[in-house]
Amino acid sequence: MYNGGKIIIGLIIFVALVTAPFFLSGKKATAKPDPKVDTPEILKLPVSERKCVESKEFMTAEHMKLLLEWRDWVVRDGDGVYINAEGKRFDMSLQNTCMKCHSSKKKFCDECHNYAAVNPYCWDCHIAPKEKES
Amino acid sequence: MLEKAIYGSRKYWVWICFLLALIGVGFLSYLYQFKVGLGITGMSRDVSWGLYIGQFTFLVGVAASGVMVVLPYYLHNYKKFARLTILGEFLAIAAVVMCMLFIFVDMGQPLRVLNVILHPTPNSVMFFDMCVLAGYLVLNVLVGWTVLGAERKEVAPPKWVKPLIYLSIAWAPSIHTVTAFLYAGLPGRHFWLSAIMAARFLASAFAAGPALLILLALIVRKNTKFDPGTEAIQSLGKIVTYCMFINVFFLGLEFFTAFYSKIPGHMYPFIYLYSGLEGHAKLVPIMWLSTILAAVALVLLIFPQIRKKESLLALASVCVFISLWIDKGFGLVIGGFVPNPFERVTEYWPTLPETFITLAVWAIGFLVLTILYKIAISVKEEVVFDKYGERQIKAE
Amino acid sequence: MSIDRRGFLKIAGISTILGVGGISAASGLKNWAEASQVMPNPEALKAKRWGMVVDMAKFQTDEDYQRCIDACDEVHNVPHINNKKEEVKWIWKEKFENAFPGNEDPYLAEEIKELPFLVLCNHCENPPCVRVCPTKATFKRESDGIVMMDMHRCIGCRFCMAACPYGARSFNFRDPRPSINAEKENPEFPTRTKGVVEKCTLCYERLAKGLQPACVEASKGALIFGDLEDSNSEIRKVLGSRYSFRRKPELGTQPSVYYIF
Repeated sequence: MYNGGKIIIGLIIFVALVTAPFFLSGKKATAKPDPKVDTPEILKLPVSERKCVESKEFMTAEHMKLLLEWRDWVVRDGDGVYINAEGKRFDMSLQNTCMKCHSSKKKFCDECHNYAAVNPYCWDCHIAPKEKES
Repeated sequence: MLEKAIYGSRKYWVWICFLLALIGVGFLSYLYQFKVGLGITGMSRDVSWGLYIGQFTFLVGVAASGVMVVLPYYLHNYKKFARLTILGEFLAIAAVVMCMLFIFVDMGQPLRVLNVILHPTPNSVMFFDMCVLAGYLVLNVLVGWTVLGAERKEVAPPKWVKPLIYLSIAWAPSIHTVTAFLYAGLPGRHFWLSAIMAARFLASAFAAGPALLILLALIVRKNTKFDPGTEAIQSLGKIVTYCMFINVFFLGLEFFTAFYSKIPGHMYPFIYLYSGLEGHAKLVPIMWLSTILAAVALVLLIFPQIRKKESLLALASVCVFISLWIDKGFGLVIGGFVPNPFERVTEYWPTLPETFITLAVWAIGFLVLTILYKIAISVKEEVVFDKYGERQIKAE
Repeated sequence: MSIDRRGFLKIAGISTILGVGGISAASGLKNWAEASQVMPNPEALKAKRWGMVVDMAKFQTDEDYQRCIDACDEVHNVPHINNKKEEVKWIWKEKFENAFPGNEDPYLAEEIKELPFLVLCNHCENPPCVRVCPTKATFKRESDGIVMMDMHRCIGCRFCMAACPYGARSFNFRDPRPSINAEKENPEFPTRTKGVVEKCTLCYERLAKGLQPACVEASKGALIFGDLEDSNSEIRKVLGSRYSFRRKPELGTQPSVYYIF
């Protein structure tokens, strides 16, 4: 190969750089996110009432969009109450509804967000509940 | 045509590296501002706009001034400006790029800037300003690039360029009028609440822009084989003279309204700027510098014997540019905020990081300008000279 | 098939526009199919136009003023910043010559010269700040005339701060959280973040729950709050029977905050 030495060295550096994120993050990169819903507030509720605003499948896929819709409804339209698919009413508020049950941001919200490497700016303003020890 | 910008003399590359160094330092300062917030600048709750918006205001004028060479050439067939039009259009592009960057660095939440497009608000002058600036940039890029490309191929430009050129002639005053409307429609700020705000902006734009163009034309002539033309530069000088005179006249009109009516709200900003209010006088020295430079410039410009000497015309252009830069790029914005709505004085002076960021944006503008000029001049050098490659000193 | 560069770029450009446009149109339709129900809080206080009267006669001591200011600051996590240049204030005190400039009068009674006036956003009928906002981040609520702030949308351009004739708006020059008193933090209301403008929002979140604004509740009757368009309301009775004045009325903003002696 013409200039073979330089090409092979360059290729090795390139492969190292491209695969670096994988072998630098180790187990963390493949660890499945495990959001915990066993907060004291949820455990206080009887099992039949441990239901979120919408179904788990809907929330997992759509909670980002739901929150964006909520904030426009509350701040811009002046509507404060959400009626879910089953007719139950909720106050539309991240701090006062969602985080009242999901009171540990670290054990719930951050699990998936860290895995997906997203950093939603909600908590720059909305106060997350204080993390309790264990 | 872009490839013409990567071939250059040693001087060219030293200049580019200098600009890149300024940009690097400013970029690091901007990262600091992005992390900590606008608290690192000298702005305050009372003076909520500072150097960034001042520079934006001044540069919109410089951008609009491209029309001062385009209009005589395309509308009135003033052949002497034939070689200047591309320089004017490219100066407009660089200036608009700087304007947009100054707005960006001034924003508290820059990542949300697209909200202006996602939620258009026709009644907001700032929304209009963004639209007209973007439109003007697109127009100048299209027109400048196409005309230059056609010249390079030694053919006439395509027919669709002409209506765009006429549109850009009408558009140019509009960008500066809209920017003036940012200030002139605010009920609480008596320093800005003046019917002639737009007229003042246009007058100072058409003085400062051509002044800069004169300097750039002289630099181009000195460093390349391309000569924009002595008569063209002299015509620009006449434009600067008249517009600078009108600008000073308009400022005098503002002074009259304030001090003959003796309404305190109208007088206080002028008193603050030119003599100090309640012991606060930080801006007084530079405002007087602006006045003195304006006077010197007018003396050099009004007498044709002096104006005809290019070295003195260059000196006058420098004086005009710096005088108007102080007046529009600094004094106008700060004057509107002092005193504040409670008639208290909070002073403003830019901080070091703020200055670095400002210098970086200027450096980016000059980088864009250098690259565009290099391309234009390379094209013209090939085409506008006779087959012996000799310099054509006489313009048309 | 041979195609020149220009032709290729034209086809690529049009396909991209159609593709992007098609995707957003399709997802728009999908959203429409999943709409849910929302409604205002049933216990919300309603009015055609909220107004406030500051009854200066009932503000006798420093404590009277401070109670109202502290109530607002605590409910809304308003930061207390030591640097005067970067301070954030929603409701505060000003002397007569500062709250009502243009009324310069060397023979004004001493006690009025020294009297502190409570100043806040005037929630104008004709607000210049709303006119200038490029993103409608600040907007006038159609239902009750409150000049609102949408912190999610604000880009921090500070045009509204230049436009407000009353200096009612504050900007977050840095992250405000370090300057918020941690013990008095209200966990039920958000803070703000750096780079957005904030001001009094007439406690819209308390009105939605049927409560009076925090300053009104803390004022022990010194601040009278009600519907200016309801001729039977207490505020209209007060305005009808006493001489009242507003800040900078000549500007045509039609403030909804009145002062009476």
